[in-house]
Amino acid sequence: MTSGTETQRPARITFDTSPDQYKHWKLEVDAPVARLTMAVQENEPHRPGYELKLNSYDLGVDIELRDAIERLRFEHPEVRAVVVTGGLDRVFCAGANIHMLSSSTHAFKVNFCKFTNETRLGIEDASEGSGQKFLAALNGTCAGGGYELALACDEILLIDDGNSAVSLPETPLLAVLPGTGGLTRLVDKRKVRRDLADIFCTTAEGVKGNRAKKWGLVDHVAPRSKFEEVVQKRAAELAASSPGKASEGITLTPLDRTIEEDSIVYPNVSVEIDREERVAKLTVRGPQGDQPTDADGIRQLGAAWWPIQAFRELDDALLHLRINEPEIGLVLLKTEGELDKVVAMDGVLEGLKDDWFVGEVRLLIGRVLRRLDLTAKSFFALLEPGSCFGGTLFEMAMAADRSYMLDDPDNPVELALTAMNAGAYQMSQGASRMETRYLGTPEKVGELLGDLRSYDPADAEDEGLVTVVADDIDYEEEVRIAIEERVSMSPDALTGMEANLRFPGAENCDSKIFGRLTAWQNWIFQRPNAVGEKGALTMYGKPERPVFDIRRT
Amino acid sequence: MQLHEKIPNNVNLSQNRRLQRALEKWQPNYLKWWKEAGPEDFQEDQIYLRTAISVDSKGWANFDYVKMPDYKWGIFLAEPEADRRISCGDNYGQPAWQEVPGEFRNHLRRLIVTQGDTEPASVEQQRLLCKIAPSLYDCRNLFQVNVEEGRHLWAMVYLLHAHFGRDGREEAEELLERRSGDFDKPRILTTFNEPIDDWLSFFMFTMFTDRDGKYQLLALAESAFDPLSRTTRFMLTEEAHHMFVGETGVMRVVQRACELMKEDPNEDARALGGIDLDTVQRYVNFWYSSSLDLFGGEISSNAADFFGAGLKGRAWEGKKFDDHVALEQFYEVDVAENGHISKKEVPLRTAMNEVLRDQYVDDNQRGVDRWNKCIAENGIDYKITLPHKRFNRKMGIYQGRHFDTLGNPISEDEFNAKASQWLPTAEDRVYIKSLMKPVLEPGKIANWLAPPKRGINNQGFDFEYIRHA
Repeated sequence: MTSGTETQRPARITFDTSPDQYKHWKLEVDAPVARLTMAVQENEPHRPGYELKLNSYDLGVDIELRDAIERLRFEHPEVRAVVVTGGLDRVFCAGANIHMLSSSTHAFKVNFCKFTNETRLGIEDASEGSGQKFLAALNGTCAGGGYELALACDEILLIDDGNSAVSLPETPLLAVLPGTGGLTRLVDKRKVRRDLADIFCTTAEGVKGNRAKKWGLVDHVAPRSKFEEVVQKRAAELAASSPGKASEGITLTPLDRTIEEDSIVYPNVSVEIDREERVAKLTVRGPQGDQPTDADGIRQLGAAWWPIQAFRELDDALLHLRINEPEIGLVLLKTEGELDKVVAMDGVLEGLKDDWFVGEVRLLIGRVLRRLDLTAKSFFALLEPGSCFGGTLFEMAMAADRSYMLDDPDNPVELALTAMNAGAYQMSQGASRMETRYLGTPEKVGELLGDLRSYDPADAEDEGLVTVVADDIDYEEEVRIAIEERVSMSPDALTGMEANLRFPGAENCDSKIFGRLTAWQNWIFQRPNAVGEKGALTMYGKPERPVFDIRRT
Repeated sequence: MQLHEKIPNNVNLSQNRRLQRALEKWQPNYLKWWKEAGPEDFQEDQIYLRTAISVDSKGWANFDYVKMPDYKWGIFLAEPEADRRISCGDNYGQPAWQEVPGEFRNHLRRLIVTQGDTEPASVEQQRLLCKIAPSLYDCRNLFQVNVEEGRHLWAMVYLLHAHFGRDGREEAEELLERRSGDFDKPRILTTFNEPIDDWLSFFMFTMFTDRDGKYQLLALAESAFDPLSRTTRFMLTEEAHHMFVGETGVMRVVQRACELMKEDPNEDARALGGIDLDTVQRYVNFWYSSSLDLFGGEISSNAADFFGAGLKGRAWEGKKFDDHVALEQFYEVDVAENGHISKKEVPLRTAMNEVLRDQYVDDNQRGVDRWNKCIAENGIDYKITLPHKRFNRKMGIYQGRHFDTLGNPISEDEFNAKASQWLPTAEDRVYIKSLMKPVLEPGKIANWLAPPKRGINNQGFDFEYIRHA
């Protein structure tokens, strides 16, 4: 069937914002303490069709939160403690907006949850990596995603007014699961006893006051008249426990970006989309020209320094692909530039790792690479002439599901390992990509990292650093067939398969949050008991009550 | 004395060990609460009060002198209906529940706690009024209202103790720990944290706010949970007196205003120390609109859930309505958008708060009509009116918008320009306060208030309703 008009593509979502544009959050800095206050504008939903009542959030609210957390790290390194609190009377946060969720496509829900999860992990990463300690100051009702936001903080203080409770009402109320790591953090991070957690997670109204403290759901309770005083005291204590390394930050300038129908171009990153093939080509350009090698020179460049600029662009491109390009199933990862310059840049990243800014950039790169690991698209890295897969950029190739390297003596290609492959960028499950790659032969990791050098195709294949090496006669055909085969398979099965294969080895809290929880959540989100005609999520806010299929699987 | 001898009841307390154990701990705390948060002074005085000792027509209205702390707060459920069936919702027609179904345990507990919390709250709000009572008769009525609100707390606590296990006992304790207006432990509903410090407000409260309570009780009387239904049905018999206090109280203010208007050359009741009808109207506007808020959102998924589950019905579900499942019908709700009012059909179940509110509106109008009859009989050309239900709302779909007293949308500036005509002003409050002087001699009454037509329990107005210790 053909129609005369082209399919209308939905408006693109971008992730840009800055404090002067926030609608829902207020960021106040009074070093060493900062305060992030959530006061969601009911009538400013991210897309029309629902109201953001009681400090419930949607993607728009969370985009601001993510921006604030990133800015605190780069622009306000002098901040040592961050108070997250609610700006509405007797309300901290009611969690993700249910009407938004029930009117969203499955793909949007999953990507929304994934982004909010990454933002909350960003809070934990800021605490661990940057020493910015987070205090959740729950000034009132704290339900669902609101409590999950609190769980991501280092400490939770709950107001004790005889009424305000923390709760995870998803299961009893909506027949789904908390979607932002609530279950995992409850028992793994806070180590709430599992039987008490069972009661807590099935009691829609939640638990308040001293019982919440006794069960370990919160760290402190304070009466209303003492609340602000305790907030300030705890924030000051948290700040004092984490001495600062810097007094002045750098400004995160807006990204330079051109979006066209089938491409996005940044100074260091470009995305080209082939809709017919359902493939995107994502290219990262290596550093060019003279690069500073000392902390002062780097600081002068600030957000324009290649590593931070390139990886902020890559981060933005990945978010764009996830949320705006659901039909693009395969991303070809490419690099362009001089391998020597990449290796030299890695030398600086390693040599100046104790500088706070360089340290922050390393952590940022780690987060972006994890975002890549966690993206539900297939990734093939293509190591071709003119590429510069060295060290930090080679992490992208290791993050990919497969890598293809051209072996053509007339057009030599090399890759390089650097010190940055030795654990600077950890995956969600707490291992480096090298350790993960050589899980069956751990001695190989030490061997390869003990002799940091570049590799030609034959060498790389021998050491298992790439998946497929093909000569100039075969290469193009190999890659073409691999691409066509990949995009012909079921997107769902591929997502599940990739998520299983990408994270071998031991689990930790982070990997459980993504692996275990999102798998269950995404399954439950599809089940009739949640979204069927009589499912609880469908029925929410409607006059009828849900009816469950009572068979356990 | 055994506990069950101290507590009149028809719930077989002497045989119920679970209830005895719970009450043994709770009852002393209740008395402590009463002494601390109940009426200030007068605790040692003998008050002529009505006490329920059984639920039959003879037993529920026994009048005698009693010291308030010795009042016999009893536990009474209306007599069971044989083979009572669920009167509304998805389980319509099935046998009513004698025990709490696990599925609805949390919802029911919340409903009971929220209702229960308003009972002690109102006692706390009114605790200073006895110091400025306009007559012994009125002071006694205040205490009657107070002890019965206390008994209504007992009624809700009985349900928590008898049916909700340890959680229920904890909630019952917390009902005694929260305090109206307390910064740290406020009562649950905002309105119940405002002190009531003059008698005009008290009459308005018992007229309008207690009437909200009546409609909530009527809705709970339809509950599929039979003990809740029976408890609330008996509470309703007492609630009627509270509304009597309110309606006749305002009526007597109005009567006195008319008398003074006739005496004054400029028909100015204030000039002669009365409360003028314009001020009464402004207090009506305020108290009526804030009581409307207590019914909750016009379009509410909670309301739909409660009705669907059979936890709450509409007032007189059986008598006034035909379709008790209410799934196929719609209800018209006025929505305000861009300065215009339009009708919106919403599924009936989600509009149950609004249905109850509309029933309440009609009930109030009947009381206002009686006040107007009184004004007309005095030969005065004035009519007290209820403002439109959109006026001055702080909750629901009209909150944050502005309407005149007829419900027409207006701008914020227009509203502010008229606010002093519509709502009590600071000056009004100062004036009303200035009138609040205690008059506690039998047969005497404050100048701003007319005596009642008759006293309590066929006694005269000059009866010694309170004997000072």
